[in-house]
Amino acid sequence: MNKEFVKFDKVDKSYDGKTLVVKDLQLDIEEGEFVTMLGPSGSGKTTCLMMLAGFETPTHGEIYLDGRAISSIPPHKRGIGMVFQNYALFPHMTVYENLAFPLRVRKIPKDEADKKIDKALSMVSLQGFAERMPGQLSGGQQQRVAVARSLVFDPQLVLMDEPLGALDKNLRESMQYEIKHIHESIGVTVVYVTHDQSEALTMSNRIAVFNDGKVQQLSSPDELYEKPVNSFVAEFIGENNTFAGEVSDISGGKCKVKIANTEILANPISVKGKGEKTKISLRPERALINPSDKMDNIHSGKIEEVIYHGDHTRVRINILGNNQFILKVPNSSANMDIKLGKDIKIGWNSEDARALDPK
Amino acid sequence: MSSETKQILTTDGIPLEVSLKKAERRNKIKAFLLVAPLLLFLIITYVFPIGDMLLRSVDDKMVTEMLPKTFKAMEKWDGKELPEEEVFEAFYLDFRQLVDEKREGKLSTQLNYTKNGFKSIIKKLRRKSKNFEEGNYKEQIMAVHKRWADVEYWKAIKRRAPAITGQKYLKGMDMYKNESGEIVSVEEDRRIHRILWLRTLEIAFFVTLFCFLMAYPIAHLLATLPMKYSNLLMICVLLPFWTSLLVRTASWMILLQQQGVVNDFFVGIGLVADDARPEMMYNKTGTYVAMTQILLPFMVLPLYSVMKTISPSLMRAGKSLGGTPIVAFWKVYFPLTIPGIGAGCLLCFILAIGYYITPALVGGASGTLISNQIAFHMKSTLDWSFASAMGLMLLSGVLAIYWVYNKLVGIDNIKLG
Repeated sequence: MNKEFVKFDKVDKSYDGKTLVVKDLQLDIEEGEFVTMLGPSGSGKTTCLMMLAGFETPTHGEIYLDGRAISSIPPHKRGIGMVFQNYALFPHMTVYENLAFPLRVRKIPKDEADKKIDKALSMVSLQGFAERMPGQLSGGQQQRVAVARSLVFDPQLVLMDEPLGALDKNLRESMQYEIKHIHESIGVTVVYVTHDQSEALTMSNRIAVFNDGKVQQLSSPDELYEKPVNSFVAEFIGENNTFAGEVSDISGGKCKVKIANTEILANPISVKGKGEKTKISLRPERALINPSDKMDNIHSGKIEEVIYHGDHTRVRINILGNNQFILKVPNSSANMDIKLGKDIKIGWNSEDARALDPK
Repeated sequence: MSSETKQILTTDGIPLEVSLKKAERRNKIKAFLLVAPLLLFLIITYVFPIGDMLLRSVDDKMVTEMLPKTFKAMEKWDGKELPEEEVFEAFYLDFRQLVDEKREGKLSTQLNYTKNGFKSIIKKLRRKSKNFEEGNYKEQIMAVHKRWADVEYWKAIKRRAPAITGQKYLKGMDMYKNESGEIVSVEEDRRIHRILWLRTLEIAFFVTLFCFLMAYPIAHLLATLPMKYSNLLMICVLLPFWTSLLVRTASWMILLQQQGVVNDFFVGIGLVADDARPEMMYNKTGTYVAMTQILLPFMVLPLYSVMKTISPSLMRAGKSLGGTPIVAFWKVYFPLTIPGIGAGCLLCFILAIGYYITPALVGGASGTLISNQIAFHMKSTLDWSFASAMGLMLLSGVLAIYWVYNKLVGIDNIKLG
């Protein structure tokens, strides 16, 4: 497998000559991988995708596809499949003609093309829809046609630009699995852009978190969630409890951080020495009510709010001067005594409290 | 389910349908009253004048009313030999009445339209008929002039019996009904209207074509440029719209005349010699140039409104799927603009086919259109019925184009903005 199937090499992009939308981007994508570019709007992720597709040119740097520099190749010669945000199906053509378009421009004989179209339509389970016009299809069906069209000419690389953004929640979830399965079954390389973190976590092999024109972290979904390397990633992915403080001691893979009047133990990720300011990130499910004695952080707080969520209960606690501390209590422990205004003990392992940059 | 659907009743036992109608009647009346003034306005300013025009174009009551007894007597006449005494008597009585009312001059003019030679013999008859004795009018009338004994003249009178006629329409096509009732074309050197009709179609067609060729890129630019530039461009397109038609035409006259700006420029860059300045006005060229410029916004606006709705991602999709820019344009973008093209072309063509002021001012002799001929008959010859007939022919031509367009493209495919 080619480790550098797609390679962004020191790519800068500026639209107005004053600000950089993408800054010194270095990104390698392996062949057959499903990589998601995730980030808030304006973080430069769509610009990266457009540069890869050929609709924007890098201001500086080069993009390589399978070892070839592609900056000077026009979009129609790159052979990259693309799924657009609003499907971009040709409204005056039937589903069949939409799928036949990329095959016709490649002068593939009709019987071979028909086979490919049948295969692509059955892949998205839309057999029998070939003669419909896009306007006669539901949003989800149109999305499937768009996916089928991007795959029908067997591209090595498929780009997807927030393809599920216009669908409702249930449909979006089922389409996520469907796209994931298609990717697994045909082994095509996919670069996927979204601002929806759950979509990114569900589908991807690796996720590149974008912010401010830079990749903040590029790693697998579990690593991204469990081991964020900076505060932005920690806060952007999933829920997060934070404490701002100052490192008072650092030794043996642990550090002491002074918060308000007390000190807590944390896992030093981006702090190096004493006196540094830091922000500690702790996932809500890692903090427990009625902690065991083995935990090295045990503090007490006051329950300020209880919200019933069905499978779990969210509890907001005022602890160590932070009144936005969230706990997720599973419903199996319903007999626990959670009441508004009560003082409770909460504990967590210092390993899970990651001392990150103060931002 | 049974085939008989059960009638649904409201709670107080009235059938639902009746109740619904009752509830909606008030709103319907209100809605009608709201549009009633407009409806009335349309009827008065649109339906009524066109109806009047239609009547006027076929109206031929004048002679019918002047010779009521004659035409009644002529009903039995087979129209081959000279008519019997009773026709002559009836004609004499009608004629005396006209002479008393001093309207025989009008009769002679009208009959002269149908056949030359009536004017003098009617004058003569008026003089002689004062001294006619009672009885045997046939002999006495025939004695007035030998033409009164010619059956062709009596046939000509009989042709004027119907109160409606299509001869104005025939005249508009350079045709007429000859003595034996056949429809024939006039001599070749007198066929002016056919030339005008063909020229009108030709100019309307080419003006539409030029407008399309020029408007398409402009509309595309308008639809794709960033807002701040496209607004400026839009103003440039609309500015002529806000200027008086007459001013625009006059400025074209300044530009195009032989000593005008364009010719000066051509001479200046050495394209043409000073003593061989081309004539660009008072001919077809002038009409083409001025009309294209004036009708351009009518093409730009429908195209723009359609192009604005075409997502730029469609062209991108076309390219990313492997189509060259030309293929992507031709297979994806262009078909989607067809509703705009249809609307723009139809609008331009219909406006061009009835254009009047511009060809009148810059057209000269070879650049005038059928509408100028209509105006000529309205103002100069005062032959309103002929002008009406040609106006209606123009209208039916436009309706025919509309019908053909509907058959070919479908009128619901049109998008005016």
